[in-house]
Amino acid sequence: MRPAMMEEVEALRGVNSVKIKEASEAGKKVVGMYCVFSPQEIALAADAISVTLCGTKQEPIEDAEKELPRNLCPLIKSSYGFAITDKCPYFYFSDVLLAETTCDGKKKMYELMGKIKPMHIMNLPQTAEGEESLALWKNEMVRFKDFLEKQFNVEITEEKLKDAIKLMNRERQAMKRLHQLNAHKPAPLSGMDMMLAQWLKGFNVDKEAGIELIERLIHDVEDQMSKGQYAFSEGAPRILLTGCPIGSGSEKVLKLIEEAGASVVALENCTGYKGLDTMVDEHKEPMLALAEKYLSTPCSCMNNNNGRLDLIKRMAAEYQVDAVVDLTWQACHTYNIESFTVKKYVKEELGLAFTQIETDYSDSDVGQLKVRIEAFLETLGVTVTG
Amino acid sequence: MISIGIDVGSVAAKAVAFNGEKIMATAIIPTGWSPKESGNRLLEEILNKSQLTLDEVHAIVGTGYGRVSLDFINKKVTEITCHGRGAHFINPEIRTVIDIGGQDSKVIRLNESGLVMDFLMNDKCAAGTGRFLQVMANTMEMDVSQLSETAGDAKPENINSMCTVFAESEVISLMAEGASKESIAAGLLQSVCNKTYSLVSRVGAEDQVFFSGGVSQNPLLKKYLSDKLGVEIQVSDLSQFIGAIGAAIIAYEL
Ligand code: SF4
Ligand code: SF4
Repeated sequence: MRPAMMEEVEALRGVNSVKIKEASEAGKKVVGMYCVFSPQEIALAADAISVTLCGTKQEPIEDAEKELPRNLCPLIKSSYGFAITDKCPYFYFSDVLLAETTCDGKKKMYELMGKIKPMHIMNLPQTAEGEESLALWKNEMVRFKDFLEKQFNVEITEEKLKDAIKLMNRERQAMKRLHQLNAHKPAPLSGMDMMLAQWLKGFNVDKEAGIELIERLIHDVEDQMSKGQYAFSEGAPRILLTGCPIGSGSEKVLKLIEEAGASVVALENCTGYKGLDTMVDEHKEPMLALAEKYLSTPCSCMNNNNGRLDLIKRMAAEYQVDAVVDLTWQACHTYNIESFTVKKYVKEELGLAFTQIETDYSDSDVGQLKVRIEAFLETLGVTVTG
Repeated sequence: MISIGIDVGSVAAKAVAFNGEKIMATAIIPTGWSPKESGNRLLEEILNKSQLTLDEVHAIVGTGYGRVSLDFINKKVTEITCHGRGAHFINPEIRTVIDIGGQDSKVIRLNESGLVMDFLMNDKCAAGTGRFLQVMANTMEMDVSQLSETAGDAKPENINSMCTVFAESEVISLMAEGASKESIAAGLLQSVCNKTYSLVSRVGAEDQVFFSGGVSQNPLLKKYLSDKLGVEIQVSDLSQFIGAIGAAIIAYEL
């Protein structure tokens, strides 16, 4: 059963685009961000609103392909398409953009996008390990802070940073608690609803109201759990979904898995749990604390990325999963290559079933994906309906 | 007790009746435009052939891409699982099944009970599938069933393109350059063999390997694959019915 609160969560989609317009017109500054490496705290400390601009829809891809190669990851094309078509209100109302040097495709796309709006680029180290990497990333935090101070003509004090860190930690805690509800067997929330809730928070204009909403949702779900109401039945196979980011519009694979009768209980990707695992240390010097937190993101852009394996291991146990599905967007080299390592680890070390699915945002392969997903679920030997 | 398995593929629809021990009857018709209609016709035909009425049938399982449009089945199961069970029925020693079908090819790893351990399917396009061979055969104005015979022991021409469209223009220019039909036919089979080989090597082919699906009736392709994999690949007269057999076995157990 779907919690009634989910409708309110879903309504955020419309509410937020109105709110961002109102806020922008009232003189609030907006920072558009692309990736989970982006330190939202610094934008908040500059008294600005931060929104996620990662493209998750097929719609603007056609326009993006006029300027970008066709065989590029759909997320990059979609993000760029939104930027050049004015189809995304959040991009439209962003005063500045923040980008990071993650994968090559994004990096080069940002060079084109930077001509449209003022953009700041944070240079990520190639590895998260070692003192030098941390020092470099901390320096990038300071550079971003300086950039915003100059752009918005504000002073970002340590006080304000500390407040922003506390606020973001509270938001993370709430989202983390929500996600962890699905560790229960059977899962109280469908993977689709979990994804929606996690994704929509990226567009939340009013953080406090957003946290309050999620807390009410948690309450609602807990209430249903106490009445024995769940999204899936006890026997539904439990899936951990890992790999590239997903959002509304790019939920194809998640949807197909659940339509085939399995329950996606954990979203390990960066649009799901990845960014919620660790909090920012509130007792350390803010810039250092932020650098440590964001650098610990186990993303495939990092060399090496053993943190991802560790996270998958912990989540597989905590969420009692039967299988791991690794989603790769077409032409995403980092996740695609890493899939071999993940497969080996999941099968040999964790002893769980594994499959990788490589696709894009279009519907052209839905028929074949259905067969592959259903056949994969059949191999789990759990009864699947549908 | 009797069960029926129906496999509605993109090219042909196949059905078998099974009594728990052996296949009692088989039927095959072209899928045509409507998988639903051909499913109905096929059911009638298999009932006729096995001299049964629907009431006497214990259960029917549907598989193949058209399985969703069958309204008389008790359960639908994917072709991956069905091919695994079907091949296991033919020979329980089989651990790898290569199925080259009309629109996709797959490689399946089985355990000793005939359950699927792992599988891979080709991506979106038709490279290396039955459809690829069909289009190429048409380009050379012959029937797909003649490819093997035509090729004989000719030295295969190099066909570099995996994409059906580009491979077609390659074939046309080869013909223009005066390459023999024999060597082009051999080249085409070789190219499907290479594509299949790369799929097989990602899943692994130890022990006994079975070749199912319509394309398995092509002896030269079977030989090429056997040579490349270094194992003698098995085929069966019932190769085209393997999916339907698997479906019937699953239906029997319902
Ligand atoms: S997958 Fe990595 S690079 Fe891509 S958005 Fe997520 S954190 Fe950023
Ligand atoms: S999905 Fe892969 S290719 Fe696309 S932006 Fe993320 S890391 Fe880059």
